[in-house]
Amino acid sequence: MELIREHPVLEFRHGRLVRFTFEGKEMEGFEGEPIAMALHANGIKVYRETPEMKRPRGFFCAIGKCSSCFMVVDGVPNVRTCITPLKEGMRIEVQRGKGKIKLNHEGDLK
Amino acid sequence: MKNTEVLVIGGGPAGLSAAAEAASYGAHVVIVDSDLRLGGQLIKQTHKFFGSAFERAGTRGFVISDILLDELKGYGDRVETYSNCTALGYYKDDGVVNCMEGEENYFKVLPKKILVATGAQERLIPFPNNDLPGVYGAGAVQTLMNVYGVVPGKRVLMVGAGNIGLIVSYQLLQAGVEVAAIVEAMPRIGGYWVHAAKVRRLGVPILLEHSIKEALGKDVVEGAIIQQISPGCGFIGEEIHVDCDVICMAVGLNPTCELLWQAGCEMKYVPQLCGHVALRDRSMRTSNPNVWVAGDAAGIEEASSAMVEGRIAGLSMAYDLGYAKEEEYLEKLDIYWERLNALRNGETGIKIREGIAQVLTDDFGGNKR
Repeated sequence: MELIREHPVLEFRHGRLVRFTFEGKEMEGFEGEPIAMALHANGIKVYRETPEMKRPRGFFCAIGKCSSCFMVVDGVPNVRTCITPLKEGMRIEVQRGKGKIKLNHEGDLK
Repeated sequence: MKNTEVLVIGGGPAGLSAAAEAASYGAHVVIVDSDLRLGGQLIKQTHKFFGSAFERAGTRGFVISDILLDELKGYGDRVETYSNCTALGYYKDDGVVNCMEGEENYFKVLPKKILVATGAQERLIPFPNNDLPGVYGAGAVQTLMNVYGVVPGKRVLMVGAGNIGLIVSYQLLQAGVEVAAIVEAMPRIGGYWVHAAKVRRLGVPILLEHSIKEALGKDVVEGAIIQQISPGCGFIGEEIHVDCDVICMAVGLNPTCELLWQAGCEMKYVPQLCGHVALRDRSMRTSNPNVWVAGDAAGIEEASSAMVEGRIAGLSMAYDLGYAKEEEYLEKLDIYWERLNALRNGETGIKIREGIAQVLTDDFGGNKR
């Protein structure tokens, strides 16, 4: 992971190291830290493909306001990965297009 | 449905200060914040603050955040905090705020008083490929490196030489990242001279009357083209190729004001405050009698004044709920305004003073003087 090892002012206290998958590939990151940050530390910058122009997108604001970092997490689309904490075993995928919301029952979300 | 006396939306410098002030008088406060940790942008600020001793000048931003959170802890159960919780909508007719914890768990809050302290969002300027991964807001770069210790990139082009552009450039250097250059469209540096001098001493060129023309790369940023711009804002001179993998945008912020629109607050576009902002009286109350505003959501300024505005809003909400006595309220209001005026004093405060003058109204019921 591309982490800052030495800093004149800050001391980084990371949480537990957990495993997750990105596009089926196994990776490691720190539990509780935003998914987007964990991916970036693993060298991943493309999180989404726009619905019409098929343009690559990464994060932009990193505070949950701009919608640029939407991804599919454990099958749920449109997850703001910059403010969603990483958990052990998470399945993270690039979101292509608008994403599909799963319907269990007719008219019932999720 | 959750009931509370005060709902503070946004747990940054303004929101935390307001919560502490209101709770100090006995009010029950709920704070919701969309981020994983409370503190807003304070948690990313490694530099020592300017301003006045009242607002902890000389203390680093992330330490100020800890001090505010400690103060809140002292009020125990009176203050409830929800992080990773976004306020989605304000239903004006019944005064209900709809919140979402994480991405899928919704709940309703029925507060007596609401403070909108939602902060700001990063601006982006138009240029080809400005949507490429690697074009990051300055706040995002700070989040990556200062909060989570992740290396943002190898070589960064900074766009904007205001205080944020200058400070983040310095922070990048502290983190061991190379800063190729800082480009600034204006003919002068917008930020404080001390910040500019620091990065210049470390060898980073600050190119005035220069801007980004295009980001290069297929899937991610692989470089940028910068060029000199004329006073009429056209590109002139030779194109300069910059080798970089991150383009950091420090071109300003807009107040986050959606909830204020939803609450029916009287709004005004004020260029000096960087966008649409709510009219407010001296107590930071808006034209909706149950809604207050403070911090960057009330107009882009900086964290020290945001903390004072938060104190004012918290005090006023406590008074409105019957917790503070009138005499004490008015006295304290004057003290806080003295501090605000001191922070906005002098040449650097001209823009803010002009902006505030356009939105400060006599009385929305909170100021009985």
